[in-house]
Parts: sequence; C-alpha cells; structure tokens
Amino acid sequence: MTGLLQDVIEPGFFSSEPVHVALVVGAVVALVSAVVGVFTVLRGQSFAGHALGDVGTTGGSGAFLVGVNPLWGFVTAAVVGAGIMELFGIRRQRGRDLATGIVLGGALGVAALFLYLDSNSVNTTGATFTVLFGSIFAINQSTVAVVVLMSLLALVTIGVLYRPLLLSSLNVDMACARGVPVRTLGGLYLLAMAVAVSLSCITIGAILSTALLIGPAAGALRLTKRPGLAMAWAALIGVASSWLGILLAYDSYY
Amino acid sequence: MTESQPPDEGSEEVLALDGITVWLSGREVLHDVCFSVRAGEFTGLIGSNGAGKTTIFRVVLGLQAPSSGRVLVAGRPRPRRNRLIGYVPQKVLLDPDVPLRARDLVALGIDGHRLGIPLPSEGRRRLVDGMLAAVDAEGFANARVGSLSGGELQRVLIAHALIGRPRLLLLDEPLANLDIASEQEVVSLLARITAQHGIAVLISAHDMNPLLPAMDRIVYLAGGKAASGTTQEVVREDVLSELYGRQVDVLQVRDRILVVAGSDAGVHHDEEAKPEYPDYPVYPGRRSQAGS
Repeated sequence: MTGLLQDVIEPGFFSSEPVHVALVVGAVVALVSAVVGVFTVLRGQSFAGHALGDVGTTGGSGAFLVGVNPLWGFVTAAVVGAGIMELFGIRRQRGRDLATGIVLGGALGVAALFLYLDSNSVNTTGATFTVLFGSIFAINQSTVAVVVLMSLLALVTIGVLYRPLLLSSLNVDMACARGVPVRTLGGLYLLAMAVAVSLSCITIGAILSTALLIGPAAGALRLTKRPGLAMAWAALIGVASSWLGILLAYDSYY
Repeated sequence: MTESQPPDEGSEEVLALDGITVWLSGREVLHDVCFSVRAGEFTGLIGSNGAGKTTIFRVVLGLQAPSSGRVLVAGRPRPRRNRLIGYVPQKVLLDPDVPLRARDLVALGIDGHRLGIPLPSEGRRRLVDGMLAAVDAEGFANARVGSLSGGELQRVLIAHALIGRPRLLLLDEPLANLDIASEQEVVSLLARITAQHGIAVLISAHDMNPLLPAMDRIVYLAGGKAASGTTQEVVREDVLSELYGRQVDVLQVRDRILVVAGSDAGVHHDEEAKPEYPDYPVYPGRRSQAGS
C-alpha cells in the first residue's frame, strides 16, 4: 500500500514549500470559482466568465512589461472590463453577449501585443507561458495573503447578494416587481466574477480559468436540487481537481 | 392557509388606474385607461395580443412610467417598492438543471428581495408548507422547479406571489400554454384564493372563456382603450363596437362567448372563418407569405 502511494505521490511532495502554497491557493481559488460559477451557469453568463479571463490576460501581460505583480494586472483589467461591459447597459441575453464580445475583441488585441512584447523582452521571456497557463508553484507568500483576502471579498459579496441574485437569476421580471435593483445587482455580480476569474488566472492561467469557473458548477447542478448544496458540490469537485492537477504537475516534473 | 380574512369594509379599491396613457416609441399603447380592482374580486384583463395588457401590468408594477394619469394602490400613489402587490409574470422559463425545489421558489416569495443567506427555521418551513397546501402543490413540493408541468409551475408561482400576503395579485397570461384541465384547475384555485383571502386578483388573458365562471369583473382592452364592468355590462355589441371603433359581433355559443371583430366594418364577420389579414398576392407555384 505504501509502495503504491509512493508511486503515485513522488517523494518530497508533502515537504515542499511551493507545494504547500499551491495546495492552499489552489483550494481557495477553486472554492471561490465554484461558488461564483454556480451563479454564472444559472445566469447564463459563461461567455462573460470566459471573456473576463481573456480580458485579464491583457492586464497580466501588461503587468510583466512594467514589472508589477501580475495579479494586480489581471484584477485591474478584469474589473475594468466588467465595468465597461456593464456600461453598455443591456439586459437582454443577446445584447449582453454582444457587449461582452466587443470588450473581449478589444482586450484580446491589446493582449496579443503585450504578449509579443513580453516574449521579445529579455526580462520577461517566460511571461507568455505564465500568463496563459498560470504559475501555481511560483506564488510568493505576499501574494497568498492578497489571494485569500480577495477570495473572501468575492465570497462575502455573493453571500450578501445571495437571495436577490438567486431570484433575479430565475426571472428578471419577478425580481424587478419586488423592487430588486436588478441592474446594480448584475454589476456587482460581474465584479465578483471578475475577481474570481483573475484569481484563477494566476494559478491555472487565463486559458483554463473558464474550466474552473464553469466545469465544477455545471456538474454540481446535475447532482443536487438545492443551490447551497450545488455550491458545496462544485467546491468539492473544483478543489479535488485542483489538487489532483497539482499532484500530477509535481509528479511529472520530478 | 385555512384562515380567511374578511373582505375589508365592503369592497375596498385595492387598485385604481386613473386616465393612464402610455406612449412607447412614438405609438400610443394605452389611451386614457381607467378601471379599478376591488378586494375579494376576481377581475379579468382581456384583450388580444398587443392590446396593452402587459403594459398595464408594467405600469401597475412601477416598471413603466405612464405618460399621463396615475395609479393608486390601496388608495395611495404606489411606492417604489410595493409589498402590497404579488406578481406572476408571463412565460417563466426554468431550465431543468436549476437547483431549486418548488418549496424553495415559494420561500423566495417571503424574502427573495432581502440581502443575505436565508437561515432555515421552523416557522418559515411551516409557512411554506401551508402555502403549498393552499395551492394543492404538496405532491411536488420537493421536485425541481424545472421538472414541473405548466400547470404545476403556475401553482408554485402563485404560491410564490401569495406568500408575502399581498392585497393585489397580478397574473400575466397564466393560462397560456395550459391544457383545458389545467386551465380550469388554475382558475378555480384563483377564485378560491380570492374569496378566502379577500385579496384582489387581476388576471390577463386573450380568451375570456376559461375565466367566465370565476370572473366578477372584466376589463376589456382593444386598441389601447379599455371598458370595464361586469361581463354583462361590457361584453355587448354596442360597448365593444365603440371600443374597437368598428362593428363587433358577440356570439353566445352554449356557455362560450365569441367576440368577432372584423378587420373592416361589416366585411368579414358574416362570412365563414375568413382570415383577418388583408388580401395578399399569392404567386402561382410559390408559397403564400400571408402567415405573418
């Protein structure tokens, strides 16, 4: 049995400092993505979720150029992107996707430019890979604190908005009739989503952030008929996949 | 929900529309609409598609500002957030994977507008159970909302709207897409609730017939104008002809009422099942586009 475990888990996994950080950050980010993601799927905003990751890339790649912690780049760009999407002020599903697409198009162009500059600059050669695929083993202690703090912020936002958000996700008219400020609510939710997506960008990368946001949530919705339990299942699936990913990454490297 | 409230002092006006006119993108959708809805009364808002039924609801709910006129709820101008009105919107589509049971949707009717996460409590559970029983929904209380049939979902939505104890219940086309049996169930349920709770019910429909057994008053909409009163007062050839601005025939076929409004005065209605749209050229060998 121990022999088998040793085959699966390479020696040094549990004593490695970067692995500890990766496990903690991976779990926290998966948890936030799961909770936010359940509403993303319910509200049919998967496209916006994906777009915010790509918009974050613009900030992340730009941050490397000016030598700032990429987390700030990701968060700033995603939050600004969410703000612009919201400024278009369209409530209809199709119009909303249009606003998302326009912001996404603009941001991707700039991101491509930044990534090109990153790869040509001597100091930032690894940046492209880090931005697109994350660098979960290279997160320093100070960043961990920021990640945990931002995760809490996103979770508290969802907790406070929970009931009206659920109601407006089911039916906008029903929420409006009860005096729920649907527009403000949608904007705040988009901001929470921007934070959640930015956090998964620095761990698993912009390319895969959508997978962590949508995958566990969509799976969980099939497993239970209660929203709280759906979030718990999504978190479980997300954390388990993150940890498995960390293990496989470690094993494949050593 | 066994207790029943006595109707407030005779028949109180729970809702009054006074000279409501609404212009939407250069078109007058409602013109000088006046009617009132009283406690303990079941009122039908009848009109064809596009007659302005949903606009009236939006005005009453405060989602659409009228160009002129005013809305009084329980005798006062409606406040921005109105707990006196329960609302069941048209066409509520819920995906099968929405993680919500029928009872959760009803519970959202208590406090869905409040911030925070609801804490489970015995009182809350009893309230929801009572409401589910009142709409005969105990059988599917724990089913996913997305798996309910049209009639079942309609009853759950009614419970959702009623559990906040409103004085006025608005239902936008609740009978659309229901089969005849479900139609009758929903109508008799609403009639029962109206009488038991002494609330005012305003229900929109394009066909008045399913509502006839329960309807105390009717508001008939045509061309943005409204006529209101009892069915006998309103569904008459002279009243409806004036409303439509052209000759209208009211036919009584057993216990059904048919309103036949031709596209021009006295042209179509005496001919058999002639379509209401004007003549379209039909090219030989090509399908007519007249269906629009």
